[in-house]
Amino acid sequence: MPQTPHTAHARLLDEVGSVDQVGVEERVAKFATRSIKKASKVWGLRTAVSMTDLTTLEGKDTPGKIESLCRKALRPHDDPDIPTVAAVCVYPSMVRHAKAHVGGSGVKVASVATAFPSGQTHYRTRLSEVRGAVADGADEVDMVINRGAFLSGEYSRVQDEIAGVVEACGPAALKVILEVSELETFDNIRMASFLAMGVLRPGDFIKTSTGKTALNATLANNQVMIEAIRDFFLDTGIAIGMKPAGGIKTAKQALQFLIAVKETLGDAWLTRRRYRFGASSLLNDLLRQIEKEKTGAYQAPYYFSDAAESY
Amino acid sequence: MSPPSPGRIPVTKTPKVYVGGAFVRSESARTFKVSDATGAFFANIPQCTRKDLRNAVEAAAKAGPGWARRSPYNRAQILYRLAEMLEARSGELVTSLVRFGAREADAARGMAVGVDRLIHYAGWADKYEQLLGSVNPVASAHFNFTVTEPMGVVGVIAPDSPPLLGLLSMLAPVIASGNTVVALASEKVPYPAILLGEMLATSDLPGGVVNILTGFRRELVPTFATHAHLRAVYAAAGADERKALRLGAAASVKRVRFADWSGKEWFSDSAQGLGPIRDFVELKTTWHPIGS
Amino acid sequence: MPSARKTSSGPRSGLIFGDLWEFDPAPETADPKLKARYDLFIGGRFVRPRSGRTFDSINPANEAKLAEIALAGPADVDAAYRSAADAFKAWAALPGRERGKYLYRIARLLQDRAREFAVAETLDGGKPIRESRDFDVPMAAAHFFYHAGWADKLEYVAPGRIARPLGVVGQVIPWNFPLLMLAWKLAPALAMGNCVVLKPAETTSITALKFAEILQDAELPAGVVNFVTGAGETGAAVMGHPSAAKVAFTGSTEVGKAIMRQLAGTDRKMTMELGGKAANIVFDDAPIDQAVEGIVNGIFFNQGHVCCAGSRLLVHEPVAGQVISKLRNRIRVLRVGDPLDKNTDLGAINSREQLGRIRRLVASGVREGALMYQPPCRLPERGYYFPPTLFTRVTQSHRIAREEIFGPVLSILTFRTVDEAIEKANNTPYGLSAGVWTDKGSRILRMSTELKAGVVWANTFNKFDPSSPFGGYRESGFGREGGRQGLLDYAHLA
Repeated sequence: MPQTPHTAHARLLDEVGSVDQVGVEERVAKFATRSIKKASKVWGLRTAVSMTDLTTLEGKDTPGKIESLCRKALRPHDDPDIPTVAAVCVYPSMVRHAKAHVGGSGVKVASVATAFPSGQTHYRTRLSEVRGAVADGADEVDMVINRGAFLSGEYSRVQDEIAGVVEACGPAALKVILEVSELETFDNIRMASFLAMGVLRPGDFIKTSTGKTALNATLANNQVMIEAIRDFFLDTGIAIGMKPAGGIKTAKQALQFLIAVKETLGDAWLTRRRYRFGASSLLNDLLRQIEKEKTGAYQAPYYFSDAAESY
Repeated sequence: MSPPSPGRIPVTKTPKVYVGGAFVRSESARTFKVSDATGAFFANIPQCTRKDLRNAVEAAAKAGPGWARRSPYNRAQILYRLAEMLEARSGELVTSLVRFGAREADAARGMAVGVDRLIHYAGWADKYEQLLGSVNPVASAHFNFTVTEPMGVVGVIAPDSPPLLGLLSMLAPVIASGNTVVALASEKVPYPAILLGEMLATSDLPGGVVNILTGFRRELVPTFATHAHLRAVYAAAGADERKALRLGAAASVKRVRFADWSGKEWFSDSAQGLGPIRDFVELKTTWHPIGS
Repeated sequence: MPSARKTSSGPRSGLIFGDLWEFDPAPETADPKLKARYDLFIGGRFVRPRSGRTFDSINPANEAKLAEIALAGPADVDAAYRSAADAFKAWAALPGRERGKYLYRIARLLQDRAREFAVAETLDGGKPIRESRDFDVPMAAAHFFYHAGWADKLEYVAPGRIARPLGVVGQVIPWNFPLLMLAWKLAPALAMGNCVVLKPAETTSITALKFAEILQDAELPAGVVNFVTGAGETGAAVMGHPSAAKVAFTGSTEVGKAIMRQLAGTDRKMTMELGGKAANIVFDDAPIDQAVEGIVNGIFFNQGHVCCAGSRLLVHEPVAGQVISKLRNRIRVLRVGDPLDKNTDLGAINSREQLGRIRRLVASGVREGALMYQPPCRLPERGYYFPPTLFTRVTQSHRIAREEIFGPVLSILTFRTVDEAIEKANNTPYGLSAGVWTDKGSRILRMSTELKAGVVWANTFNKFDPSSPFGGYRESGFGREGGRQGLLDYAHLA
């Protein structure tokens, strides 16, 4: 059969299987009814802190803002028992500033690249952006897939481009952003997850979204992607990581995502090596809840540095 | 019709029962003698046994899926065609009813009502679904609808009075929805039902959809009650028979309904309608998620 | 590209569902406000049983006594019927919109006390608090709310006919959804203008008697609803009472048949909602993970104490290995234990007797050569518990494929063609429900047409709604509950 876009779609869907939207939503609703208390809550909150890719992706970012972000990443709160975050996530031009602050600390520098967030530029430009970020010291690269190619059924092109970025990353880990809101359906999200994983290396990630569109990470699209990761792992033995990004603002949400991980992928993914939260305001809410568990008192937002809500 | 030639011996008919689209004797080879209203010998009628009932149920079960799959429009047309044929041959049926004691006027009116009743149910065949089924506004993200389905093989036990209108009134709503029927004709006046069988055979109704047995109620009612493959029984029955039917039905959770009209009530419009159709359909509710 | 789907070789390396992040206990702490002793509810008051007898209600999670329940004898049942008959004329004559207001009130009062009722339901029956809180109690309230709105619209129920109440209705309900089954039975009966004598199940009477308090708070006229508690003999008295205009029973097929025999000599109207052995059919093009979730929900919801449970899994051979391995992984994260813990997925088996039945049938499965899988799980030392259980290598003739187990036990069979699936699914005297999982729309409709079952869940399972008629084909009973169709079963059509 000639590989037309239509047959490519049919083959890929047949290969990875379809997803029922309502069923996924029912499944994840159960995660939200889990009740996490006491020590298990603190464990979950601290783990979430350690998984955070503390992110700033704004046109107005400055080296000064990056410095502040890095200090927060290294020492999220004055309680020394609180772990560092996993990474700081910045634009390519900020990589060297970030590296200067967190280099050698264990906190990674992640750079978005490939004409983030739209990806709408020449492939060779995207690749050179990746190489530049890595050369500047990025430990991790967050790329966006070619959604236009995906939606028109050019799956080989999507996958080949990801493979090219993998190569351009060299030693840096890659996170492949599917931009779920533009893929729209869970079928597409599952298909795109498999396309990406097919050319990723162990330790690379797939990621929900850029945070720059209306719909970002939800328990449901997270579930579709971690089920894809699970199936891929059971089939190939290759463990791919997962990064929901955007929209996770509260500690309660973060715990629900972690419950989904625990019950879908199991203990081996309850680590920042395999699971990350792409977030900015989430961190302070995690810290507030940790303090609340410790002291028994609800905390005011301005007790925490870099808080957006200072009212 | 020309008068019979003088001295000619008329050819008598051997009445047979109509099962699976064929005319058969009882497997037991038993018959019972039926006399007309004057007391003169009329014919030997098959005295069907429980094995005949079993065979008829097999025939009805075999015909069931095909009949149920017919479009309601097609079932309506077949019932209407049957009415056309009965109208054309009503003289023969009226004559047979009169011969067994009906007053001519009553018999003629009964036939007219019977034909009209068939047309009534022919019209229902493609309409009851919209009244009995529904789309249900559930609170979750599901499309949910209820449709009817035929129950399967239904036993019909006809009244003695009126023997033919009673039988027609009970058959029609049951087959209109796609059930198939094993009927027991009036024990006292079985012959019009045999004639009806002959007319069914030349109608468009597929063989096995309606099977008409003759015989003794006391012999056959217990088997109607207990035969597990009969999913429902529709009976014009007295108190003792009702109890027997219900007792036997319990073993297979069979649906039991009674035709409660008596005498003149059978002629009334109140002896027809949506009710008897509803009594012999199952309701099936299907859920499906609404997503993308 | 590596394929997720077309592999039959097992996993190269497994997933670890360990205790890295173990959840602390999260017990629901609301006060269920139980009384030490519950009397009968007759004529709007709690009355001592004339029988002078009582029995204990046990918490199946720890075998502790919860309360003492009055045992209604024949004289008590008689008194309940008299009180209902006395109330009937005025209740039936009340304009529908006023009757409806009582039902609305009841729905609201139940919502007000939802948490307390959820705890009571879980204590008495053993079901997880998550289910009683999120399903049983809100759904019970929804049934009253839905039917309340029918009370003044009865002229639209049956086209061309006038729907009238039947009189006093006798109702006997089971122990698997005590409050919800009460709501299913009461709400349509009352909306239509009937009065009721209802017997809850012996092991789960408490929420009915708490519900009586709501009826008092709602100022429902005395005698419109009466509760008589007890075991089988009391139930037989309720079903057999000569002044019942109709009886409605939900329970086992065996008892349903006995009631049908008991009432054979009468012209009593009946609704029977009996047992089931539902097939849940998974095709190779199904959304597999959601199917697995539906299978789990189908058989482990309420510990499998569900008449419409998807207890027979029919799985298409090309995906059998995949489905079974996903199922095994999925049930490893089911949490079995204290029903009051908010994280418990499988609570306690309702009674010692039921636990015995499950054990016997499971033993028969093992004896007949089926392959059993139970995930590692620690069951509490006291109380009645049974782990989630899968059986593979099951054939149509195994007892575990034919008999209703009414427990968390799934029998897995395979099929190759659509026709084979239909044939196997329908090869049972039951016909309550069925499930079908496939991405192909026309196949769903064909399966839905061919499956002999009153409820077909396509790409979902165990969904319920007050507007959705529920009830069986064949030996799963007759009559429907829910929707306009269910309401009709409580009407006399003039």
